[in-house]
Amino acid sequence: MNGNRSHAVSADDARDVHCDAPGIPTCDIAPERTRDLKYLSQPVVKKDAYALLAGKPLYTADIAPADALVMKIVHSPHAHARIRSIDTSRALKVPGVVAVFTYHDVPQTRFSLAGQSNPVASPYDRLILDPVVRYVGDEVALVVAENDRAAERACRLVRVDYEVLPAVLDFTQAVDNPVVVHDEDGYTVNAGWINNERKRNICAQGGSAFGDLDDAFEQAEVVIDRTYHTKANAQAMMETFRSFAYTDAYGRIVCVSSTQVPFHIRRMISTALEIPPSQVRVVKPRIGGGFGAKQSGCLEVFAAFAASRLGRPVKIIYSREETFTASNSRHEMQMHVRLGARRDGTIVAIDLETLSNTGAYGEHGPTTVGLSGHKSLPLYNRALATRFGFTVVYTNTMPAGAYRGYGATQGLFALESAVNELADELGMDPCDLRLRNLVREGEVMPQFDGQTLNSCSLDRCIRRAQEMIGWHEKGLVREVGQGRVRALGVALAMQGSCILNVDIGSVDLRLEEGGFYVLSIGATDMGTGCDTILAQFAAEVLECPVERIVTRGVDTDVSPYDTGSYASSTTYITGAATIKAARALREKMALTAAGRWGVDASDVCFDGERLFVPAPNGGAPLHETDLAAFANACVAGGEGDALTAHAAQGAEASPPPFMAGIAEVEVDRATGEVRVVDYVGVVDCGTVANSNLARVQAEGGIAQGIGMALTEDVQYSPAGRMRTRSFMTYRLPTRLDVPSIRVDFVPSYETTGPFGAKSIGEVVINTPAPAIASAVAHACGHQVRELPITAEKVLHGE
Amino acid sequence: MNISFVLNGKRVGCDIVPDTSLFELLRSQGCMSVKCGCETSDCGLCTVWVDGVPTLSCSVIAARVDGHDVTTLEGLQRESHAFAVCMAEEGAEQCGFCSPGLIMTVLAFERELAGRVPTEDEVRRYLAGNLCRCTGYMSQMRAIRRYLGMPREAAAVLDASIEKEGVA
Repeated sequence: MNGNRSHAVSADDARDVHCDAPGIPTCDIAPERTRDLKYLSQPVVKKDAYALLAGKPLYTADIAPADALVMKIVHSPHAHARIRSIDTSRALKVPGVVAVFTYHDVPQTRFSLAGQSNPVASPYDRLILDPVVRYVGDEVALVVAENDRAAERACRLVRVDYEVLPAVLDFTQAVDNPVVVHDEDGYTVNAGWINNERKRNICAQGGSAFGDLDDAFEQAEVVIDRTYHTKANAQAMMETFRSFAYTDAYGRIVCVSSTQVPFHIRRMISTALEIPPSQVRVVKPRIGGGFGAKQSGCLEVFAAFAASRLGRPVKIIYSREETFTASNSRHEMQMHVRLGARRDGTIVAIDLETLSNTGAYGEHGPTTVGLSGHKSLPLYNRALATRFGFTVVYTNTMPAGAYRGYGATQGLFALESAVNELADELGMDPCDLRLRNLVREGEVMPQFDGQTLNSCSLDRCIRRAQEMIGWHEKGLVREVGQGRVRALGVALAMQGSCILNVDIGSVDLRLEEGGFYVLSIGATDMGTGCDTILAQFAAEVLECPVERIVTRGVDTDVSPYDTGSYASSTTYITGAATIKAARALREKMALTAAGRWGVDASDVCFDGERLFVPAPNGGAPLHETDLAAFANACVAGGEGDALTAHAAQGAEASPPPFMAGIAEVEVDRATGEVRVVDYVGVVDCGTVANSNLARVQAEGGIAQGIGMALTEDVQYSPAGRMRTRSFMTYRLPTRLDVPSIRVDFVPSYETTGPFGAKSIGEVVINTPAPAIASAVAHACGHQVRELPITAEKVLHGE
Repeated sequence: MNISFVLNGKRVGCDIVPDTSLFELLRSQGCMSVKCGCETSDCGLCTVWVDGVPTLSCSVIAARVDGHDVTTLEGLQRESHAFAVCMAEEGAEQCGFCSPGLIMTVLAFERELAGRVPTEDEVRRYLAGNLCRCTGYMSQMRAIRRYLGMPREAAAVLDASIEKEGVA
């Protein structure tokens, strides 16, 4: 019944204009499994592309009610202080000011802004407003007014009397520091495994060890013993944090927000405001990027709180400065690696100890750190023994949160740098060293929750990357004249495809009158294109053009539950749920048609356009109806029902995607200036769901990784005030900084994934920092172990 | 204060607070395509045309457009479509938040070129002030190459050295 397809597909037209990176043929090692895909692995244009490109009003601020009150926030100027008193009387006299809320006005239940499933691993360590402020930027008062100017003026008139307290700013000095960041009542730990000792500033600690480490190091002939340091980074999505809230006809709170996690935001608002979750509805419109920043709540609780108190719509839009200084960032980490190997390059022992700075609050602190080990060590799964230990500390800096890569980025910088240093020490080619030690399909990975590796084409990714960059022709380092050298460096990466045994995605799929489908999802398209990609999955099963599937984004009142778009899970988890639902709907359609025709359901065929019962002799079908007529009949004649299917997918496995990245840098020996002149990335994300969007994910992730490697660095003054508060001081890569990123795919086939797919969103950010660091080491003779790799460090060392 | 200007071909008169930015004014006039990404003239998201010249609306006092001609993407729906097709078919819009500013800059560049085909390096330099965090710029560059009739297979690595020599 699959033999009779004849669709004109817009995706096919789009393929004609798709241009690959120069001279790079697409390499596909699983063609026999994916050859017949019609809508997947195609460069399907995003459903929202033309509306976005026409500048239509689709984002949170564009659709806020015109009469919404405006909220502005008074932020703490001190890294650690107790508020003695707040005088709001002058602020309240400003014409147009409606309310000023302080810690006196808010509920006293602590909560976390971490967008995580229950039980939330991050401690419940914050209030909407707290009499103790714990970092420069912490919220002190919420000012609500009729317009921006009144709110801004009133913010300046709120008088706060602070008792300034000593602060702990250096995360390496946090454990057992006399300054305790969280000694308040009401602090709640929801998950015992984090081993919280908050009186010692320890948010979480733990580890995992396999094999006899001492014995394995005994067998090592070379030991690389180094400490690496990655800094806090800003996710820097172009749309800053923003949301608005109002009360609806039933007196419920509706919060419209630019968030990756609408269902978790619902729980946050419910907890923080001490109202039942049934009284909260969260809606996600188009999002202007997230990269993990919006996997934490930010200002939703403020808008919801004020709207509930005032009974009027309230909107809040963070400036770029507030987004830099009063939200969340990547966790700064210090990693001590001991890597033991034999002289022939066989890695026998790895010991990784990670110290992570969660800042003033614990959002994602206990969980990000785990990935620094669990998503790095399995690359060298054949080591005789591995140990991973971690400590996550509180300090009086801005809270960290989720950022693409989520700890794996940090851990891989450390481990891959150490492996590169090992190669240099042994005088071995760093690609050969890796090919000797790589994890292979079929291996059980103890550091990866004991999962078995089903799919991995990493060896072929490395060889393809070598071929693309000209690895053997160019050599690791070469002079190019005028005091400049060009050099190569390589790194590998892995990630997960969801949070094992935690994530859930579900979808509703409906056949509508007229013969089209509505796919209702709880996963959040934040610009990545999942509204389109999930429709491609449904189209593949329902054998129809993607345009016939209407995707309905997230409204917690009507969307099926989804933990949200993070942990690289949407394609793997919600994609699998979509396939299940589409298959179930096909079965219902066949069953319904069979009932009408008085035949057995197994005799009914569906080719996407019509349902029919073929004649045994190949003649005209015995029964036949086109899809529209069939759908219309389902709801005609005073009986029947629109056919619907619901399916959910849990996280029984989290297959790792892999990537090999090679950087070619040019270093000016006189100035220390480093330029990435070429970067190649070869990705194994399993079956590529959308060939354009996957490529853009990879190119975008590599560019962010280049920023992390060379320029992006959240810095503080000695008093704890963030210095990097704008794009002038926190420098993102521009078009001039990334002249060439070339991406290719070597897809393996993941049997647990939807049509063989794994994930791609995060793995792609992980290779640039270690690859560039190694290339710079080859160029200038020393390894920079603290990011970013500035000209000063290149010239003078650290 | 009262100002009068032409917005997307229509004369507009309004009474504004003197320190209103052009960005605020345009949003209040319903031009929601105009986005603000930084407030410090670094990101290019708020780019509009003043008398045909690409201008950062977050950094211009609204009063300065009195008597001038302002164009936003709302006023270029037909003209921008061909470039939108090139962007969409590369998946280069991604979250879309920086797209209006980029489109306004590319279309202004196209007008300045007056039919001449630019070099890769010229494009990069003209658009250096348009940040994008999603794409890493490559897909945008493919779309621009196609739209401006540049060679599709512009050898990016070679360009990098040419650019370098230009600097040196």
